[in-house]
Amino acid sequence: MTQAFIFYLLAGVTVVSGLMVISARNPVHSVLWLILAFVNAAGLFLVIGAEFLAMLLIIVYVGAVAVLFLFVVMMLDVDFARLRSGAARYLPVGVLLGAILMVEMLLLAGAWSSGAIAEGARAAPRPEGLTNIQAIGTILYTDYVFVFQAAGMILLTAMIGAIVLTHRERAGVKRQDPARQAARTPEKAVVLERPLVGAGVETDGGVR
Amino acid sequence: MVGYFQNLFGEGFGWFVAHILLVLAIALPVMALMAMSTWVDRKVWAVMQLRKGPNVVGAFGLAQPFADGIKLFLKETIIPSGASRAVFLIAPMISFVLALVAWAVIPFDAGLVLADINVGLLYLFAVSSLGVYGIIMSGWASNSRYPFLGGLRSAAQMVSYEVSIGFILICVVLYASSFNLTDIVESQKGAIFGMFNLNILNPLLLPMAVMFFISALAETNRPPFDLPEAEAELVAGYQTEYSSMAFALLMLGEYMNIILMCALASILFLGGYLPPIEWAPLYAVPGIVWLFLKVLFVFFLFAWVKASVPRYRYDQLMRLGWKVFLPISLFWVAFVSGWLVFSGHFHGSGT
Repeated sequence: MTQAFIFYLLAGVTVVSGLMVISARNPVHSVLWLILAFVNAAGLFLVIGAEFLAMLLIIVYVGAVAVLFLFVVMMLDVDFARLRSGAARYLPVGVLLGAILMVEMLLLAGAWSSGAIAEGARAAPRPEGLTNIQAIGTILYTDYVFVFQAAGMILLTAMIGAIVLTHRERAGVKRQDPARQAARTPEKAVVLERPLVGAGVETDGGVR
Repeated sequence: MVGYFQNLFGEGFGWFVAHILLVLAIALPVMALMAMSTWVDRKVWAVMQLRKGPNVVGAFGLAQPFADGIKLFLKETIIPSGASRAVFLIAPMISFVLALVAWAVIPFDAGLVLADINVGLLYLFAVSSLGVYGIIMSGWASNSRYPFLGGLRSAAQMVSYEVSIGFILICVVLYASSFNLTDIVESQKGAIFGMFNLNILNPLLLPMAVMFFISALAETNRPPFDLPEAEAELVAGYQTEYSSMAFALLMLGEYMNIILMCALASILFLGGYLPPIEWAPLYAVPGIVWLFLKVLFVFFLFAWVKASVPRYRYDQLMRLGWKVFLPISLFWVAFVSGWLVFSGHFHGSGT
């Protein structure tokens, strides 16, 4: 009973905050509602006993991805009134897309049945004393190691691509080299000169 | 204790009452500890600057934190007219509550832990990564330039240092083969020559301990990394517009996070509730006392750094996080895991 109550509480808050994400007037509030939805989804994972996934959801999505979302949305200063004025024109397209997605999901839910391997795995007795982390690690790094590596390569490619696309080499930028600064000593930095009147002194930056 | 209340009040309600009492048994001392930690902090700075520090209210100024608390409590809560009211008021609550819930998984002694979950360390990491929201929300909701800049700085800073903290935690987890904090503490028992119960004496973990300490300073916005509230540039950063209890909650949350990081450093690297030397008479002292002494020691280091190190510049902070700590900790995870595999550390442990 308690478990059902907690499930409906978390699921209800998730759905409501999902609705608020698209209906909130302020974009920053939208992101905050999104974060609430993430946290409640993590709670749902906890209810089904997947504590490792719940923690990862919070660490990765709430702790890192959503912070960057919030960061960008705060800085952008989006004019939502102007964006909203065109919303009615795109409404039919949005409704159509939503309807297609919903029909697909309903068809899938109606026609789906688990395969023989999955049924067998579910029927097999659970190994004793194996935590979720160990179970996921054992499967991920043995049976699915190539898929795992491929996913890693794709992410690396995406990261390098993003850096290449956004990196600009600007000329004339003065950079600091902390190692060089730390290695600077009075012997190298200070010179005592006695120049003739009006003669100037040779330095790295030209004649002074 | 849970069983006693279940006999008294029935299965479900008894469990509930027992856990409420257990939560209070942790939360109230933690809050008292937090109040006293501000006093310790100020006394340590005062001694290092050849001053006396708080010495008027109560004996040795011991009642000073409570006087400050009462003063804040009696002040008026001011909400700026352009502020986003709900977010403005929720933000301090978030930072306070998050700082408090993290204590649920801290083992105070062998078996003396509220929630002995097998993802304890990940839970702590998740909660500390949520802590950034209290700051970024308060900075944004104030609708003012200085708090906003402070909030943005803190978001970037905490996200950057979390990455290296994650890798440092993994190094310790590799040694313990578990995310459970009690297991991590027990794995340090006689870890060094069967004599010392300290991970920090392990030459492979010593650099990680130093980096964890520095990252913890950055993660809790302590000097020399207190750029989110750098008073010379941003007045008081994200807390500029706060007053009264809302400010007190932000302050409490900040100090509780600091003590939490001290506790985490003690558990990961200083052997938690174990005595430092594996010698039977030392076990007569309760584990909670050892933990308290270790937390106090790390807290002293925090105060020492604040009293003696000038503030970092923001670009230096980012350089340290991304260009120094991240590569080193990433390399160290590969190094430690390689060493553990080839030295046969994992033989006979689990799968």
